[in-house]
Amino acid sequence: MNATTQTPRRFQQGLQRLLQSRVAGVLSYPHGVDRYLEVLNPLWSTTEVRARVEKIEHLTADSVTVTLQPNTNWQGFIPGQFVQLTVSIDGKRHTRCYSPANSLHRTDGRIELTAKAHANGFVSRYLREQLQEGEVVTLSPAGGEFALPEQRPERVLLISGGSGITPVMSMLRTLCDEGYDGEITFLHYANRAEDMIYADELADIATRHNNVTLLRAFGEGESGGELSGLFCSEHLCSSVPDFAQATTFLCGPPPMMAAVEKVWEEEGLSDRLHKEQFTLATPQLDTSDEAGGEVRFARSETLVANNGSNLLEQAEAAGLTPESGCRMGICYSCTCKKTAGKVRDLRTGEISSGDEEDIQLCVSVPVGTVTLDI
Amino acid sequence: MSIYHTLTPEQFDAIGQELDAIRNREIADLGEKDEKYIRTLIKRQRQLEVAGRGLLMAGFLPPAWLAGVACLSASKILDNMEIGHNVMHGQYDWMGDKNINSRNFDWDNTCTNTAWKHTHNFEHHTFTNVLDKDHDIGYGILRMSDDQEWEPRFVLNPILAVILSTFFQHFVAVQSLKLEDYLIYKTKTKEELKAEFKPTWKKMRKQLFKDYLLFPALAGPFFPFVFAGNVTANLARNLWSSQVIFNGHFPEEVEQFPESVLEDESRGHWYVRQMLGSANFEGGRLMHIMSGNLSFQIEHHLFPDIPAHRYARISPEVKAICEKYGLPYNTGSFMKQSVSVWKRIFKMSLPGKRGGKGKGLMAKVIPLKSESGSTSRQAA
Ligand code: FES
Repeated sequence: MNATTQTPRRFQQGLQRLLQSRVAGVLSYPHGVDRYLEVLNPLWSTTEVRARVEKIEHLTADSVTVTLQPNTNWQGFIPGQFVQLTVSIDGKRHTRCYSPANSLHRTDGRIELTAKAHANGFVSRYLREQLQEGEVVTLSPAGGEFALPEQRPERVLLISGGSGITPVMSMLRTLCDEGYDGEITFLHYANRAEDMIYADELADIATRHNNVTLLRAFGEGESGGELSGLFCSEHLCSSVPDFAQATTFLCGPPPMMAAVEKVWEEEGLSDRLHKEQFTLATPQLDTSDEAGGEVRFARSETLVANNGSNLLEQAEAAGLTPESGCRMGICYSCTCKKTAGKVRDLRTGEISSGDEEDIQLCVSVPVGTVTLDI
Repeated sequence: MSIYHTLTPEQFDAIGQELDAIRNREIADLGEKDEKYIRTLIKRQRQLEVAGRGLLMAGFLPPAWLAGVACLSASKILDNMEIGHNVMHGQYDWMGDKNINSRNFDWDNTCTNTAWKHTHNFEHHTFTNVLDKDHDIGYGILRMSDDQEWEPRFVLNPILAVILSTFFQHFVAVQSLKLEDYLIYKTKTKEELKAEFKPTWKKMRKQLFKDYLLFPALAGPFFPFVFAGNVTANLARNLWSSQVIFNGHFPEEVEQFPESVLEDESRGHWYVRQMLGSANFEGGRLMHIMSGNLSFQIEHHLFPDIPAHRYARISPEVKAICEKYGLPYNTGSFMKQSVSVWKRIFKMSLPGKRGGKGKGLMAKVIPLKSESGSTSRQAA
């Protein structure tokens, strides 16, 4: 590394250390340094990963590809891992998981996320229709077990369906950038050729790299693919006869994942199959089964059957003592984090989203199973 | 006789429904504009604070000192009133931002988030103007109601009120300790008090250290200028916020209630009690922002968790409801309300019942109950 890149980096590290120091903490008490930094520039933070939207592209009709420039708190990722992206939509924060699709060796340090906008995918629709270049979003550090091993496998099979393509795309791009010389088969399932994300780039990679075989499978009666129809063991036998020797990475919609898993299980190869569950937004719950399900108090490791009364009462009945005050929704003493599930607001009758969010226990009734952080 | 006794149960229900409808409409409308509003305000406050503290470093120059004090006072007032008070009410919890949230927000004030939410959000807002339940009636120091038993110490009412206002942030910080229970009524032991004081003292220490030691020390030889500037800014905030709060509940016509009204109180009754127990004052936009929109104390007490910048728009509707049911809508200029408050403070220093128009209510109350919407609750 030469001196010109070293100096700003040293300076930056020094500044970072200064801003995280105790003195800075006391001077900025009680708000903290970050609350002042973000006034100057929304990207600045001493701890949080924030990123600016650099580019928005539409590779297919219903998808969006967002290129992000993260701040220096971004620690990188392993191909296959995901990040949690938080955006503010009409004043409210929403968080979703996306797997970066870019190569680990991308030189500009940017992150590329691709999402398919489903009819009921609230956040993906926002990303596709409303997100603007220049906006600042929040990211979590990368996480997840689904990741390309440090010791690159000798033979790689990548299987994906729909927008499950992103983590394996990152693996493919990374391996190609590294000059990996083992065999790679990229098997992708999409409804139609037009719906296939990264179609052009994949075709290009396959022609430039002799060790990469691209297999596209489109729906019955669609043209343009090497294979057709849904995943079946015949596809494997005819096109990837040596699949048993490969380390396989799989990401796609649940039915497809199940079909692939079954084959690997039958062959006794389960330990060679790495998979990332990729789920569609959970469908709207019918309010008729409101009183069903259970209430899970995660931190106290307690679980009770949902009896339909408000969550404060249910928590107390379960022997917990959450903070409370007015018991009528005005003092916010009973606010706690709901990590999963939906609740109905007793005052407005409105049903919440299934996202992680703060709720007031005393005026919230669970709609089906709910998990609380108490 | 207070209107509280002449309304029929049906009228209470109707009032409840009309106000609930406003609340639901506003909640459904929450969105980007509220986010923008609070974020912009926070940004302004942080800018004012940095400017104020910066200017005070050059405080040996009188204009810089004055400008610094002005900026820092404005910063502290914004931080405590329109930002801190409102955020801690949960007005912006729906945004899902962990930094603008009733659970995590902390303010430039010696009172802790937890203590504040207990005495203010819970006790004061739930039991508004109910004697022996709402500690804001006199803060355990003053006599603010005819029906508070007179004690010799209340002769000092006006002087105590000045002291309370001068050190308002500290009195608010220790309010949850109910010091009078230890000092005067002897119902609290020293050990209990000590344990309760611990978290508050931690916060107080940090605030005092920052304002009176660290920042002045940063100015080196100009220590005294920064010190004096910070004292003045804290004082300005204390005097202003205490007066705003007094004006919200202690003008002479504002009513107080006996504990019996709480029994099986319906939503409608609760709303009416909030309206009878609060008072507004008038002013321009800046006045409203600087008072944390507590100039709309009536609206705030009806809808404590609706973003306060919305009160101005809701107020004509609330006024119309008051008119429709013959309820008073107590408002006036800041001056008028302040004078009225201080009159009450002076009157209450003497024993006996000397007016305060809420007194009819304190006579035997037979709560009028209605079936629907009754909420049971227990005091913590
Ligand atoms: S207990 Fe007061 S809001 Fe739930």
